[in-house]
Amino acid sequence: MANRISDETIEYVGILAKLELSDSEKEAAKADMEKMLDYIDTLNELDTTGIEPMSHVFDVSNVFREDIVTNGDDREEMLANAPQHTEDSFKVPRTIG
Amino acid sequence: MGILDLTALELGQKIQKKEISVREAAEAALERAQAAEPVINSYVTLDPEGALSQADEIQRKIDAGELTGPLAGVPVAVKDNMCIRGQLTTCSSKILSNFKPVYTAQAVINMKNAGAVILGKTNMDEFAMGSTTETSYYGPTKNPHNTAHVPGGSSGGSCAAVAAQECFGALGSDTGGSIRQPSSFCGVVGMKPTYGTVSRYGLVAYGSSLDQIGPITKDVSDCAAFLEVLASHDPKDSTSIRREDCRFMEALADDVKGMKIGIPRDYMGEGLDGEVKKAVMDAAKVLEEKGAVVEEFDLGLVKYAIPAYYTIASAEASSNLERFDGVKYGYRTAEYEDLHNMYKKTRSEGFGAEVKRRIMLGSFVLSSGYYDAYYLKALRVKALIKKAFDSAFEKYDMILGPAAPTTAPELGSSLSDPLKMYLGDIYTISVNLAGLPGMSVPVGKDSKGLPIGMQLIGNVFQEKKLLRAAYTYECATEKQFERPAHLSGEDGQGTDGAGQSETAKEAHQA
Repeated sequence: MANRISDETIEYVGILAKLELSDSEKEAAKADMEKMLDYIDTLNELDTTGIEPMSHVFDVSNVFREDIVTNGDDREEMLANAPQHTEDSFKVPRTIG
Repeated sequence: MGILDLTALELGQKIQKKEISVREAAEAALERAQAAEPVINSYVTLDPEGALSQADEIQRKIDAGELTGPLAGVPVAVKDNMCIRGQLTTCSSKILSNFKPVYTAQAVINMKNAGAVILGKTNMDEFAMGSTTETSYYGPTKNPHNTAHVPGGSSGGSCAAVAAQECFGALGSDTGGSIRQPSSFCGVVGMKPTYGTVSRYGLVAYGSSLDQIGPITKDVSDCAAFLEVLASHDPKDSTSIRREDCRFMEALADDVKGMKIGIPRDYMGEGLDGEVKKAVMDAAKVLEEKGAVVEEFDLGLVKYAIPAYYTIASAEASSNLERFDGVKYGYRTAEYEDLHNMYKKTRSEGFGAEVKRRIMLGSFVLSSGYYDAYYLKALRVKALIKKAFDSAFEKYDMILGPAAPTTAPELGSSLSDPLKMYLGDIYTISVNLAGLPGMSVPVGKDSKGLPIGMQLIGNVFQEKKLLRAAYTYECATEKQFERPAHLSGEDGQGTDGAGQSETAKEAHQA
């Protein structure tokens, strides 16, 4: 079964992935994805009826710990990594009109 | 024998005995690195100043009797996806080209507490996505054994740095083979421990359910020593496991009598290079002669590991890499209209082709309407693969096979066909899906002089068995770390970097 990725799908995936692709990149992404999905479809040769999806190899439940602050005040160093910042906050383009 | 020819443990011993100072060791490695780097490109960041000041500090602690461990004073390298406070951590990506973390990865802290000197950060495939170290934004790393070939990946910089004697051991990370495959290509020992053994705190995430940090070293004893330091329970990583026994150096015994070793027929068939096959089978014979019981068996499901892996790893990557959006750290595009446009342009300009390919695939398999058919299906197949290993380990103490189907490919020959490149991960990838420990041990070279690695796979928590078998193999073959025959940046006369500086100094004095 050959997978076909439509223009709408690649557009939609681009939105989910927050990636802006040029027209030629979109075509390449379509071809790549079709090829990979054909390959991934080989998994359908396996009958997995009744098999639970395994997200973690060990039988562990959620791990809780007390929320205790152990780090110091790294605000200046953290802000120094930001592409744009004010004295005490990250700066982003206007989000509300 | 020069300083650079010593293993990490040999060097550590000489440092404790005051035969070599920590500064001398660091200088030797730095000088070798500076000479080799223009050709090999193992490092993204080499930090001579920081390394020498660490060396002096560690020397003081050794002299004061505060640091007595076997790795105290040993210069090492760290893959550039592990955070070190105040030091560039790029993941070999443009998007993190100026990122300086405000904290240090637990694995690195463990190495520092053991007295290791951190020389710098090594090159890798961008965000650990690739098998050749060619997807790095900072240019490819070359294989020190033949610079026309790749070192493998994604921990190619770490493996090349160890092979080229630019450090005495290194940290790598392994999501689908990223320690074992480049170790095999570079002729060094590399181990991916059982999932949860080494804290992932401070490791920039790729596929969180698969990622694991591990050692890359010159020989098996060094591997055990590094692992002993790296393994620790860490409350900061909720998948970290509290292990009863982390005394891995105790496993270094020359004895495999009665050990049951299975060789999967499905690992030795179609697609496997003849010379690799012969070297691996010869190595199995060595273990058999030492008293192991070696037989072939059918593991099953081998061909399904790659499609299951790329579904799961891409899905996790698409989620993990959402944080790179040009707000809190890293690269931001120069011109943009609004917030969403800024996100999109930043990410499109900041990520390379392979990373974008996996983010797109991951976003697709997680999207509504496809989640069950792709993502959940892959997780079900993962359960089946784990089951296949479980039944193998009912019969065998370990599984033996190749680490990769071939030796290192030529530079520039892999990226044009991603699917073909992915197929090279066939022997390593299922180990990550099942959370198992696996290691690569050098077992010879092909006719082109490129190293071949044997992979040993154990059941969960059975690193000691792997180390014992690998150590026994080393003893039986009297195998020692083999430096590349022709190392760039020197005359190939066995003089090390320190020797060159001596000569220069003498010339100056004359």
